[in-house]
Amino acid sequence: MQIAARQFQGWTILDLSGDIDLSHSPEMRKVLMVEIKEKKIPKLYLNLKNVRYIDSSGIASLVEGLKASRDHGSRLILFGLNTTVREVMQLSRLQKIFEIYEDEEQALSS
Amino acid sequence: MTYGRRMQTKLGGSPTANPNRLRSDLLLKLEMESNPESLCLVRAAVERATEVLHFQEADSRAIVRSVDEALANVMRHAYKGEKGRTIEVTCRRLHGERREDNREGIEIVMLDSGAPLDPTKLKSRPLEDVRPGGLGLHFMRQGMDKVEFSRKKGKNQLRLVKYLATAAPAVSPEGE
Repeated sequence: MQIAARQFQGWTILDLSGDIDLSHSPEMRKVLMVEIKEKKIPKLYLNLKNVRYIDSSGIASLVEGLKASRDHGSRLILFGLNTTVREVMQLSRLQKIFEIYEDEEQALSS
Repeated sequence: MTYGRRMQTKLGGSPTANPNRLRSDLLLKLEMESNPESLCLVRAAVERATEVLHFQEADSRAIVRSVDEALANVMRHAYKGEKGRTIEVTCRRLHGERREDNREGIEIVMLDSGAPLDPTKLKSRPLEDVRPGGLGLHFMRQGMDKVEFSRKKGKNQLRLVKYLATAAPAVSPEGE
């Protein structure tokens, strides 16, 4: 898994790629917490377009990020979910819990 | 075929000899260490196995996801995060003449020598309760036709079975 950060109008966009599994989800969780709790970014976007696989530990990290963002009055926004990631979201019944957009353009205009 | 230092695989094709056991062919047998970095290798191998058996893409993803979650559970719970412990994974092709259900599919058996499973933890949690964790077993039960835990000879065994989706019967013209 790789994470690259971009800035846009004071917000952060994290471009994630590869597999988010037990081996990598702790790293993703750490990055989310830094952005939300330490940097206090008001809007944190996660670009999941190039994520090939996500497991329950990755989903758990996203849920932790969502809870932290709510606690801090910020927003965690997901976009670019492919079939594999969307399927896992649906299995977890989380697709309506998270703020999810089709692509970056839609997400940034939200 | 060998994956890394402590990950050994064996590809096979001969049916099991025991007539009391349901007929199956060995597709893949591998031994891995309880290291999360090995999960991607097992996912790739199992995905190929499902392709050999012509599983539909969604079913293939479900099988791969289930195996991944099962192995992650072994690493986290049975081995309590300790690396370097052994996990065996065996994939077999199931044949249609099985006495129990007469369907073809794949059987994946995982063995570990970790702490015995706590039966009270083998329940999926309500999904309405949005919180981190507890989804792995839910994914397995959603994705597989059978999820069977047992303890044999000091080892935890998890048996996963997924049957091939049966094609809709061909509609033949009336009178034929």
